Amino acid sequence: MKVGNWSNYPIVDSEMKSYNGSGKLAFQEPFIARGNGRCYGDSSLNNNISSMLGHNKALAFDIESGTFTCQAGMTLDRVLEITVPNGWFLPVTPGTKFISIGGAVASNVHGKNHHFDGCFNEHVLHLKVLTNSGEIKTCSKTENAELFETTSGGMGLTGVILQVTFQLKKIESSFIDNKSIKAKNLDELVDLFRENEKVTYSVSWIDCLQTGKSKGRGLLMLGEHAKLDQLSNKQKENPLVTHPPSKITFPMNLPPNSINKLTVKAFNTAYYGKQFSRVQNSIIHYDPFFYPLDAILMWNRVYGKKGFLQYQFVIPFGQSNRGMHQVLDKIREYGQASPLVVLKLFGKQDDFISFPMEGFTLALDFPIRKGLFEFLEELDRMIVDLGGRHYLTKDARMTRETFFKGYPNAQEFQDRIKKFNPDYKFSSLQSERLGLTQKTS
Amino acid sequence: MKTALILGATSDIANACSEQLAQQGYHLQLAGRNEKSLSTIKSDLEIRFKTTVSTHIFDALNFDDHSQFYKDLGASPDLVICAFGILGDQTTAENDWALCKEIMDANYTGAVSILNIVANDMAEKKSGSIVGISSVAGERGRMSNYIYGSAKAGFTAYLSGLRNRIQKVGVHVLTVKPGFVQTKMTEGLPLPKPLTAMPEQVAKGILKAVKKGTNEVYILGIWRLIMLIIRNIPEFIFKKLSM
Repeated sequence: MKVGNWSNYPIVDSEMKSYNGSGKLAFQEPFIARGNGRCYGDSSLNNNISSMLGHNKALAFDIESGTFTCQAGMTLDRVLEITVPNGWFLPVTPGTKFISIGGAVASNVHGKNHHFDGCFNEHVLHLKVLTNSGEIKTCSKTENAELFETTSGGMGLTGVILQVTFQLKKIESSFIDNKSIKAKNLDELVDLFRENEKVTYSVSWIDCLQTGKSKGRGLLMLGEHAKLDQLSNKQKENPLVTHPPSKITFPMNLPPNSINKLTVKAFNTAYYGKQFSRVQNSIIHYDPFFYPLDAILMWNRVYGKKGFLQYQFVIPFGQSNRGMHQVLDKIREYGQASPLVVLKLFGKQDDFISFPMEGFTLALDFPIRKGLFEFLEELDRMIVDLGGRHYLTKDARMTRETFFKGYPNAQEFQDRIKKFNPDYKFSSLQSERLGLTQKTS
Repeated sequence: MKTALILGATSDIANACSEQLAQQGYHLQLAGRNEKSLSTIKSDLEIRFKTTVSTHIFDALNFDDHSQFYKDLGASPDLVICAFGILGDQTTAENDWALCKEIMDANYTGAVSILNIVANDMAEKKSGSIVGISSVAGERGRMSNYIYGSAKAGFTAYLSGLRNRIQKVGVHVLTVKPGFVQTKMTEGLPLPKPLTAMPEQVAKGILKAVKKGTNEVYILGIWRLIMLIIRNIPEFIFKKLSM
């Protein structure tokens, strides 16, 4: 069957088998485990795919201490449905609730609170991993620590993540005390991020088509979990209400070139203009705050059948400001970026192979067009020269050279994969492209 | 609060039924062969829906144990969903009597054995619902799966006769004939999307039919039409088709 991830690029012919809980590897040949296919590239694609989505049961939930254990195929939306009514929230969440817990661990995902709480796996207590030999190993920061460290952000190359136990975050309500601030340009935005470093959640959207004094104008969104006494009377009636089911499905693939300079400009002007005052405060539900795009199922159809690439990188502080300006100039020149460009501040991250590092990260979409790959090559070089790197979860095209330049532990990562996965049983199109595993058959 | 017994509780359709029943507040009795899978499903349902769930070892092929199994349930169920069954490989079964017999026993004899016991209990209580998950494959034997199909045909006839007997005393019998369903059982088969239901859809259809007291349900309406056509093709033509 044809399988593609969220960006519809690449699409590959794969044999997909559901993992059936047997504790056995799904294939004799090399394969890769896959959750809900919400990564943007080829990390969870290969000719053989072991789908973990059916392996999705809740195994334990301690309502007193907030520890939660589930099988790896459970998606975050289901976790929230279980935990939120009991006053517990995900410790870290990316911008969609439709990813699996196994995917969260394999990508070691970050959220709007990275500068505060680190990545998802900071909060993981232990994992069960089905290894190369067919043995199920438990690992944590203290037990089989090297396996744990390499599995965190290890893109499924050390084994199949079967089960995850993690620590939830206590909340009084499922609402967010949200503050949104308009910034005239990139420098003002960067200052605002710094001023608000103590706020738990922060993220910004920027308009990448502006030039001169308005370059990088945008909106900074800040949030804290709202306390009970901050809620309106209506919100107080059900302070721990979970998200509603998504209702709107984007109806069709848009024709090619629907996302162009004009439509992007119109969107951005509307988005920036919808907020009149410089600062706006509101108490909103977690769903629109964390997952605005989840409200429209299959929004990826906006980019048409050809698909798109998402591009996310981080540039370390010190380089950030100058670097961001350079990169934004380059993107504006190219002129075909997406409407949504997300900028965020990362805190320290000292683990082995995960993406974040202290600095600024930018994420943007590019519809697939002629010339895009060449352009991104240039952008890659610019970013690694600035000491930056790219997020594997959003990558479908990076070269081995870019990866090795960006990640200081790349060689050791490759060596450890060889150690945990000697005959490259676990292998994705991405890991083959990056030379982390080799095609054996 | 009502109690539901799910026979063959580890199947995807059964699991979807259990979830929706738990959501409606049913106590659940999960029965199946694999203790570990049952206890995993139990923990999931208890955590998600805060209902009580018990697990019971049950093997459809151990006919002699069925009576004791039913006695040991504790509470006598208000709703029983008979969801076990195996597809089996048709060609292998044509040459391998052991597999052939297993297909017949798992889909027919075993179901009759346990549902006789359930039916007698419900008839005595004068209330309850029995749901049998049969198959469209039972409506006409086709070369591609007639051993499975004949067992399901027998099961459909059994359910119809049972209904005839105990609806008079207030026990409801529902025959479910799902067409293609995307489950572990059908994984790898090239199922046409418009004709394929998700287990959640099947469960929803079943629960609705239980509530309304329907006799027979196809989950996707299109299957009623398809089977109407298949049933009505004259045998002299049908025998020449490769179906």
